[in-house]
Amino acid sequence: MASGLQHALLVAAKDVRAELRSRTALLSAVVFAALVLVVFNFSRDPTALSSQALAPSVLWITFAFAAVIAQNRAFAVERENGAFDALLMAPISREALFVGKYLANVAFVGAVEAVALPLFILFFNVDFGRALPAVLLTTVLATAGFTAVGTIFSAMVVRTRFAELMLPVLLLPFMVPPLIAGVQVTSHLLAGRPLSEVWGWLRLLVLYDVVFVTLSTLAFSAVVDE
Amino acid sequence: MTSDLQSARRVMRRGLRISAVAAVLLAGVYVLALRYTPLEARQGLAQKIFYVHVPAAWCALLSFSLVGLASVMYLWLRDPRLDLFAASSAEVGVAFSAVMLTTGPIWAKPIWGTWWQWEPRLTLTLFLFFIFVGYLALRSALHDPSERARFSAVVGIMGMVLVPFVHLSVYLFRGIHPQPVVLKPSAPSLPIEMLRTLLLSFAVFTLLYIGFVTARYGIALAQAARETADAA
Repeated sequence: MASGLQHALLVAAKDVRAELRSRTALLSAVVFAALVLVVFNFSRDPTALSSQALAPSVLWITFAFAAVIAQNRAFAVERENGAFDALLMAPISREALFVGKYLANVAFVGAVEAVALPLFILFFNVDFGRALPAVLLTTVLATAGFTAVGTIFSAMVVRTRFAELMLPVLLLPFMVPPLIAGVQVTSHLLAGRPLSEVWGWLRLLVLYDVVFVTLSTLAFSAVVDE
Repeated sequence: MTSDLQSARRVMRRGLRISAVAAVLLAGVYVLALRYTPLEARQGLAQKIFYVHVPAAWCALLSFSLVGLASVMYLWLRDPRLDLFAASSAEVGVAFSAVMLTTGPIWAKPIWGTWWQWEPRLTLTLFLFFIFVGYLALRSALHDPSERARFSAVVGIMGMVLVPFVHLSVYLFRGIHPQPVVLKPSAPSLPIEMLRTLLLSFAVFTLLYIGFVTARYGIALAQAARETADAA
């Protein structure tokens, strides 16, 4: 198993290295997230609704949209030059291959979120105060869960002609439980409510992560093998 | 090849016959519901939609559960017939969900005073609808039969697993959906005429489901036979 994890890390490192060399997808996804934030700011009547009242929804919808856009990349980059066939021929288990792609995807989505969160604080004048670690934890838990589903769906939709359209249609229903949990935790904490009130949501996120990371890892071989 | 097509046609015809019988019986359910069941004291005529809405919801849930089951079985046994059945059931399930999702708001407007309410069971069924529309969209975008079968089985299974999560996460908003009146720990709390009509409607809708899925399965068999004939 130790070697399985090493293989996964090698696959993830390959993806991260390739992304850092071109940076095209990363930069586009970051700009996309910033644009969503800007668009949201103008989608409200500033005299009727304060930016803080809308803040939790804006944050999580930005995360969700940016994540969907970002996750198309995971297997789209393997399409050129038959790279994915070569990857499938590598003497590593399907599970290790999936976990590697998944970890790279988490890193990619996480990087976009890491830029979007400060921008959000800046644009929407939000002060998380002492709640910041809890919001970060929620973001990590939510991202870890929906990215597992996104990674396996990305592997499927690259085989279709409308991958960019197909992924959101398939993935968004799966993002709803993490999204609801994220919005609830963020709005409770921003309102100064104690952490104990959002405990149930955090447990739901952990359960979602465990179930969907396991299920996606196990189902991956059914996707790539005849 | 031709024998495959012929047997597919036979399945299709059998499905159409069952559907025709069910459609006639459905007319009977309408007559019963309108003429023989008592008027509900507080909801009046609006309650009559119950005899269509609840059985349609039952059929939608039945179809989607069978898609999930057939998907698991497909990945295990790799029998293409399971995949064709799952696809047929998903398509019929989407149709029944559409009935459920349209009759619901028609009833809710006079009774709840609002067309739509983000309430656990409503939200859940809406999501089931979306998951299976996505399931069918993915199927139609894939051309290799084996790939289509494997991918849609994975989506079918993931969709089944998602259901409890959607339910848990919307449960915290308290619901105003009517509580169960038939399947509940104590005895059913509705007049015997209503119960009889409802149970008959359940049976008729289930028969309608069987007829539709059989007919659709026959079409799927015919398509598969064509695909192999074209490939050869």
